[in-house]
Amino acid sequence: MSFELIPFLKSMLSVAGLSGYETPIRDVITPVWQGLSDRTWVSSHGSLHAIRYGTAVEPRPKVMIAAHMDAIGLMVTDIDKGFLRFTQVGGVDQRILPGQMVIVHASNSGETVELPAMVVMPPTYLLPKDGGKGALPQKYLLIDTGLRANEVEKLVRVGDVVSFATEPRELSGDTLSGHTLDNRASVAATTVALDMLSRRKHQWDVIAVATAQEEVGGIGAMGAAFDIMPDFAIVIDVTFASGPGGSSAGTFELGKSVPVTWGACDHPALNKAMEECAKEYEFPITRDFAPRGSGTDAWDVQVAQAGIPVIELGIPLRYMHTPVEVVSIKDIKRAGRLMAEFINDLPVDFMKKVIWE
Amino acid sequence: MAKTVETTKKFNPKFGKKELNLLTRLSNALAVSGDEQEVRAIVYEELKEFEASMHTDAMGNVIVVREGSGKDRVRVMLAGHMDEVGFMVTKEDGDGLFEFTIIGGIDPRQLVGKPVVIGRDHVPGVIGAKAIHLTTAAEREQELKVDALRIDVGLGGTKLVKLGDRATFDSKLAVLGPSLRGKALDDRLGVFTIIQLLKNAPENVDLLAAFTVQEELGLRGAKTAAYHLNPDIGIALDSTPANDLPDFDGEENTIHNTMLDSGPAIYLMDGATIGDRRLIKWLSETADAEGIPWQYRQPGRGGTDAGSIHKSRAGVPSVSVSVPQRYLHSAAGLVRKDDVLNTIKLLHAALSRLDKSILSSQEK
Repeated sequence: MSFELIPFLKSMLSVAGLSGYETPIRDVITPVWQGLSDRTWVSSHGSLHAIRYGTAVEPRPKVMIAAHMDAIGLMVTDIDKGFLRFTQVGGVDQRILPGQMVIVHASNSGETVELPAMVVMPPTYLLPKDGGKGALPQKYLLIDTGLRANEVEKLVRVGDVVSFATEPRELSGDTLSGHTLDNRASVAATTVALDMLSRRKHQWDVIAVATAQEEVGGIGAMGAAFDIMPDFAIVIDVTFASGPGGSSAGTFELGKSVPVTWGACDHPALNKAMEECAKEYEFPITRDFAPRGSGTDAWDVQVAQAGIPVIELGIPLRYMHTPVEVVSIKDIKRAGRLMAEFINDLPVDFMKKVIWE
Repeated sequence: MAKTVETTKKFNPKFGKKELNLLTRLSNALAVSGDEQEVRAIVYEELKEFEASMHTDAMGNVIVVREGSGKDRVRVMLAGHMDEVGFMVTKEDGDGLFEFTIIGGIDPRQLVGKPVVIGRDHVPGVIGAKAIHLTTAAEREQELKVDALRIDVGLGGTKLVKLGDRATFDSKLAVLGPSLRGKALDDRLGVFTIIQLLKNAPENVDLLAAFTVQEELGLRGAKTAAYHLNPDIGIALDSTPANDLPDFDGEENTIHNTMLDSGPAIYLMDGATIGDRRLIKWLSETADAEGIPWQYRQPGRGGTDAGSIHKSRAGVPSVSVSVPQRYLHSAAGLVRKDDVLNTIKLLHAALSRLDKSILSSQEK
């Protein structure tokens, strides 16, 4: 299986896959993960699971890597004279919406038709008095498909999902921009890890999970953790990169490190082991403080069944939850390699070290 | 006796591969007011056959004269502006980040979360926004002002961009069913229309084409072009808002300006020009006679190159005709293909029946 990081990442950023509607993205990841694992299966929530068996004798210990694949987006709530009104799936800042290129996944005709469209801001005088100033409330925004009203009625129905259409673009300095880099950048890093591990003799079983419905509350990860019941889990998700508009506190420079999360969700012994591994292989790491939880799949994985020790890694990302998120390719590779080295070096009795002290 | 107009061949404009390709190139070009070179180059390439009667004036307008044959030809100036609204990169602010300013009338609320291109090399960049997770609910009610935004071209991108470079939205022309969605259709549609008319010029008139600059900064290119051309009449071909969206409270929208699917919009009066009544009559009667749908642009504010042309020299009877367009001056506008074709059709038919009697009519 040949795996090329940038084309694979771009292909993931070119499809939809909103929370609860992950089929398009799962279909892109599946063939690549099939080539890098022994078996794949789809969970009842729609997460993609892929297992690589380890070399140790059975029963082998197992580690789960969770990276969510679902996207934030919009959903049609009403059709008004050929224009669509909508609500959000996941957290979208209403200020990024006017003029945004989108795709309406129109299902009223029996099959799903992808309609290129645009979120639009009506002219001021079609809005109430407060519409001319400040951020325009989402309830006044419309989606225009460019089709005439009768055609729209035929194709679109309430509940159809709307995805961002912004195409991925490579920017300067080994950076890349696109929608849903949160968290397909981490799916890419996980794939880097699987690719490396496919050429190693790791003792542990490794189960990679591209989780569903993270943006609406760790749903896919919850089921995956219960189902797989790993000895411990690595959750990888994007974190805040320093950049315009944000404060520098609690943010990370692009391309400089792997942020390792430190907070209530993260087992201190795993943190220590990860830091030792990073030191040994000379990976620059930083600490991402999340005292009350980091808002990732880790929150739900940790409390599955009788509890699962978790460690979280991050990939710095600019402009999170906009269609022009920016990530450093170097950060993706580095996080993937760190996970691979960490897993490859796991001794069979590693869990003896994962204790509270 | 003056040549009769029946000899002029019928022209049936369409959106074939060739036309769509031209409009795509025009729409995707980066030509912000004051830096119209990319569109100028397309006009020159497209109109090679007129090379001998083509020049670029001191301001950067492209002037093309296409003379007809026969006697007493009306000298008709057609103006369409090449420039678009956009941005200029004004200051570097760290690694690959740039401050910028808006050129022309763009609502800053349209900027956030958009891909852009910068300079002649179309360097890709983005205008991002702080992560929603780091904002407060109160903050999300506030509009993001331009001085809080940056164009980001990526790490180490400092060398790719020069301060002073123009930038625009990176939106590619797309066909959406009966519609076209693209940036700068205001007024690349005018440029497109004039190119079609020059290539299919009626013989009974002299076409004095002006592909103008700096319209968005105050109809500036048209001023010098009109002086130079000294036409009998002037027609600005532009694009005007179709505010035909539903009103927020369900009331009837009576201030739509124009509506899509209703054909070319003929101007009675805008903020810059009171249209010449003889020309309005000529255009609307032609449309009716030819069965071409048309509409009046609701009288109101705004302006086209006609605002400069009608004040040129001792005065030039002028009128504007626009393609109705939704969402002008944003990442992309939306027009109906039929409205574009009907605009070309109307102009061709009207020019084909034009003679000097129009100037001596008593309508004034």
